[in-house]
Amino acid sequence: MATLPKSGTDEFIKGLWKENPVFVQVLGMCPVLAVSNTAMNALAMGLATAFVLVMSNIVVSSLRSFIPKQVRIATYILIIATFVTVVDYLIQAVSLDLYKALGAFISLIVVNCLILGRAEAFASKNTIARSAMDGLGMGIGFAFALFCLGAVREILGNGTLFEAQLFHDSFQNWVVMILPSGGFFTLAGWLLLFNWFKQRKARREHASTLGLSKETA
Amino acid sequence: MSQTELASRPAPPSIWHMYRAMVGVGVVCGLLIVSVFQVTLPIIERNKAEALQEAIFHVLPEARTSSTFRLDDEGGFKALDGDGAGERLVYAGYDDSQELVGLALEAQGMGYQDVIRLIYGYSFAEEAIIGIQVLDSKETPGLGDKIETDPAFLQNFESLDVSLREDRTELANPIVPVKHGTKTNGWEVDGITGATISSVAIANILNGSAQAWMPRIQNQLSDFKGGE
Repeated sequence: MATLPKSGTDEFIKGLWKENPVFVQVLGMCPVLAVSNTAMNALAMGLATAFVLVMSNIVVSSLRSFIPKQVRIATYILIIATFVTVVDYLIQAVSLDLYKALGAFISLIVVNCLILGRAEAFASKNTIARSAMDGLGMGIGFAFALFCLGAVREILGNGTLFEAQLFHDSFQNWVVMILPSGGFFTLAGWLLLFNWFKQRKARREHASTLGLSKETA
Repeated sequence: MSQTELASRPAPPSIWHMYRAMVGVGVVCGLLIVSVFQVTLPIIERNKAEALQEAIFHVLPEARTSSTFRLDDEGGFKALDGDGAGERLVYAGYDDSQELVGLALEAQGMGYQDVIRLIYGYSFAEEAIIGIQVLDSKETPGLGDKIETDPAFLQNFESLDVSLREDRTELANPIVPVKHGTKTNGWEVDGITGATISSVAIANILNGSAQAWMPRIQNQLSDFKGGE
């Protein structure tokens, strides 16, 4: 059966949930684990990554017939690194405080395999508009996932969310959640939840098709 | 591989095409970076100068105006026109009646991840450090960066003793880091659990800077009096 061509909206939505880069594809784990210790850091990093992803997808897609296959990876990295440098300067110009909070991690965006992955797997084969929608969806999905991790880690590890106190003073912070191991624990928790959802959905679909086939029999 | 398979494969692109793609993209990317750099440079420099001014008034809360001095080769301090930039600078703060309230000094040293750059305020009246602000650090967010946010740690620097010995050649007591909760003397820095290396680094940076600057400043006090 031929699959129907997806619309731009479908390309956008798939990155948010069905093909979420972190919870489903498990891509870009380095920044996911390193930067998700507070909700603010996670969200800012997610949005900076989304910007680079959208821009690199647009440029890679518009140059797809110009770049020979043999040198594509080197050229994509060049494009991605350029946008990361641009983001770095822009954040410094917009707010030094934000730059201070993210400074060490901005350059990490270059090595995020999600961005190179989308450039190679999607943008190099699709139109500019669809690539932009794909980048936007994946970028927001990535930022959402990072925020989910960052929020849990900050709430349990620091007793705060966006630096606002949540619990009574007697709450004992789980320092381990802010440490690198806390990143793995939280990621494992979210992956468990996502897989549980996925399996439950599959079971229900299976049951309904069984019921349907019995009725027709 | 058979002849037909070879014939059906697309011809490899010429070297010229590869060079054209890589050099072309490289030149455009380079131009983009340079133009963004040129456009943002004055804004970034202005932001940094503003941040420095804010930091000076943060570590010297009583100051209303400030002027910049440079340490010259003879060991004296000369006022600079404008903000000035470079090394061996100190910033003198004056209150409303142009009385000298203290000095703000920059210091830096190795932290856990990278160099930590900070500014601290020195009060002549108290002979103590009366405030610090981190200007630049790449300490681990959530852990090492508590040196900037932890209220208990910052309390160390509300009055950190840096008085000189009687001969005015070095500090009476060097600034030393101690374990969290064991501070008993005015020159000790109470550390942070979970950010030991970063908090010890701050104490060491302050000690190194105070050891170098305090005798010079105290011996040249008249250079700063009667600020503009």
